Amino acid sequence: MQKNIILAGVGGQGILSIAYVIDNAALDAGFHFKQAEVHGMAQRGGAVQSHLRYGDGPIHSDLVPTGRADLIISVEPLEVMRYWHYLSPDGWVVTSITPYVNISDYPELDSLIEDLAAFGRVVLVDSNLLARAAGNLRAQNTVVVGAAAPLLDFPDGMLEKHVETLFAGKGQKTVDVNIRAFRLGRAAGLFFRGLVDGGLSVVDAVRLCRKIDPSTVDPAHAPAWAAAIRADRRLLEQTLAGESVVPCDRVAALA
Amino acid sequence: MQREVLLGDEAIGLGAIHAGLSGVYGYPGTPSTEIFEFVERRTKAAGDVHAFWSTNEKVAYEEALGMSWAGKRALVCMKHVGLNVAADAFMNSAVTGTNGGLVLAVADDPGMHSSQNEQDSRLFAQFALIPCLEPRDQQECYDMMLEAFDMSEDLALPVMVRLVTRLAHSRAAVVTRKPRPQNPLRPTREIRKWTLLPSNARVQYKHLTDKQPELLRRAEESAHNQLTLAGRRGVIACGIAHNYVLENLENGHDLSVLSLAHYPVPGGRIRQLVEHVDDLLVLEDGYPVVENMVRGLFGLSGVRVRGRMTGEVPRTGELNPDLVRAALELPAHATAHEPSPTLAGRPPALCKGCPHTDTFRALNEALAGFDNPQVFSDIGCYTLAALPPLEAVHSCVAMGASIGMASGAAHAGYRPAVAAIGDSTFAHGGITPLLSAVQQGVNLKVIVLDNGTVGMTGTQRSMSTGDTLDQIILGAGVVPDHLRVIEPTPANHDANVQILREELGWDGTSVIIARRTCLEAIKRKVS
Repeated sequence: MQKNIILAGVGGQGILSIAYVIDNAALDAGFHFKQAEVHGMAQRGGAVQSHLRYGDGPIHSDLVPTGRADLIISVEPLEVMRYWHYLSPDGWVVTSITPYVNISDYPELDSLIEDLAAFGRVVLVDSNLLARAAGNLRAQNTVVVGAAAPLLDFPDGMLEKHVETLFAGKGQKTVDVNIRAFRLGRAAGLFFRGLVDGGLSVVDAVRLCRKIDPSTVDPAHAPAWAAAIRADRRLLEQTLAGESVVPCDRVAALA
Repeated sequence: MQREVLLGDEAIGLGAIHAGLSGVYGYPGTPSTEIFEFVERRTKAAGDVHAFWSTNEKVAYEEALGMSWAGKRALVCMKHVGLNVAADAFMNSAVTGTNGGLVLAVADDPGMHSSQNEQDSRLFAQFALIPCLEPRDQQECYDMMLEAFDMSEDLALPVMVRLVTRLAHSRAAVVTRKPRPQNPLRPTREIRKWTLLPSNARVQYKHLTDKQPELLRRAEESAHNQLTLAGRRGVIACGIAHNYVLENLENGHDLSVLSLAHYPVPGGRIRQLVEHVDDLLVLEDGYPVVENMVRGLFGLSGVRVRGRMTGEVPRTGELNPDLVRAALELPAHATAHEPSPTLAGRPPALCKGCPHTDTFRALNEALAGFDNPQVFSDIGCYTLAALPPLEAVHSCVAMGASIGMASGAAHAGYRPAVAAIGDSTFAHGGITPLLSAVQQGVNLKVIVLDNGTVGMTGTQRSMSTGDTLDQIILGAGVVPDHLRVIEPTPANHDANVQILREELGWDGTSVIIARRTCLEAIKRKVS
């Protein structure tokens, strides 16, 4: 087994924190790993990426070869596209759809989501929404690790343990926020995939996910939501038209 | 057995500590900074290793050489271009030789991720006639430091450990060993060896050249230089290039491979390979050093030597597994998606609210009336002011070069000659050209961007900030009336433009200090 991952984002978004969590989980799991990162000039608000590779045999290159990545994990949707030629033909993308706009020619978010939808093998989470629900907007990187967790090769407790050690120095409150962010991200990612696997389009799944109260998200409800909306599309429009967020288990009442 | 997750740089630092290090020296520079920082962090509690940033790489090298003179082990670390600054001390330390172990860890930057050139330090090791080790992975970074210190003391020579950005900034688990105790204080008694008067220097230089067969023997017999003979196609892979070869080879391949990581170049091993193959690809993350040596001026008869000079590998830039795959004539891997050619770029930029932005806005306005106003810049975050939207600086060459170049332009009659330099860069290389300008009475305007830290490399301590900076400038002879201090903020914009205009209108050497603390430094202090 070997897993090749490209971590992507913008300088300051906490890419290296994601790397820390996965590196140490890989170490605990007894895997070989290498993780190349960018320091220095590019960190000043520029595009930042890290190549992370682990597996049960020796890892040779610090860099992932083009076409050999299993996964892109990105804290920002535009940055996915800078690297997706690295993906192998059956590679996946896990990304936040919260844009980080610090350039004047940043594309329309809808067009980015359409490109991701066209690609298909995606897990999309609104990290802004989820991190806010967890208690701190800065925890968006942790949300994304949570969303990626089901595609990694570790028991969840192992990743959470290193989220904890990473933030331990910043106090219990920060640890709690990040553990919450991890769990919300994980649930939101699975819920999103549940909707898409249940037959919703990526675009519809994104719209619905944004409307659901993040603290109530439970992947177990995804098939029911997908089935209900497929049976009657007006349900989606009605849900979206409502003023407040919707609890995830509302679907039971709707069906 | 202990395992730690370490960057290549950190593994270098830990290897040095476990080799019985007594002092670490350096000046911050990507991709080498984390070597020093690791040693500083790791030894702080015990306080038994001297760890204090130096004013520049030359000073760092000399301090390390002094530690060696006293019999203790010293590590000096820098980026590749830093070795240019230290070259005088470095070259001559090979002639004096060493007492306590002296290891130079130098981090090259192929691909220029954060540098002005991609010079290859292996040539510097060759130039100085000293051994060079080139680790392939993080474990070797650690292990080779232990080896390098022993080798330095065996040979009484400085030893270079050369790494590249990709390894310096990549993490892996490293197995560590039991630390060796530090050397006792044991100053040299060999006075002539250390006093390079020509009569002594001739003797010492002869000693250095006499050591060369021993250096070569060690490289020939080194376990790091592994030769595997198989088919008639051969590869020499230097340093981490070997990883890229392994990445691309399938089981049962037929290539003959020489992996090189210990220099001087072992001619005997290469001869064995050359006599075995008829096609030889040379892979190096840096200059075609070995490739050119193997080919020589006139080529090898009967063996096609390929590499950066023949186009199989690009002449410039960082090596990677894809380039090596192509050079090995293997088909490219299929990918899930084409690269996106029209993607919006995301270049690095000054932080929002950065004091440099306010300084350059004011400077741009003050210079607006002049014909072709260009500003000589130096090396730091403020070099980013060359990019839109500011486009406020127009050169970046070497540490401290802004002041010397602006002076030269002024000598030629260019007006106004303006230099922009950070407070730490000023300490590093700006003091001497300023002294020179004052002595010559040059009509020069120096803007010192005093943000109180070395910002670009991660807010290390600056040697000349605040009052120290003012005293140095006055001590260099700048007239007190023409040492102006401004606080670069949006609110002070008009007043700052006015002060800059006053100095631009005066015929003499002025220094304008733009003083406001780096936002990153404030953030790091708070957290």
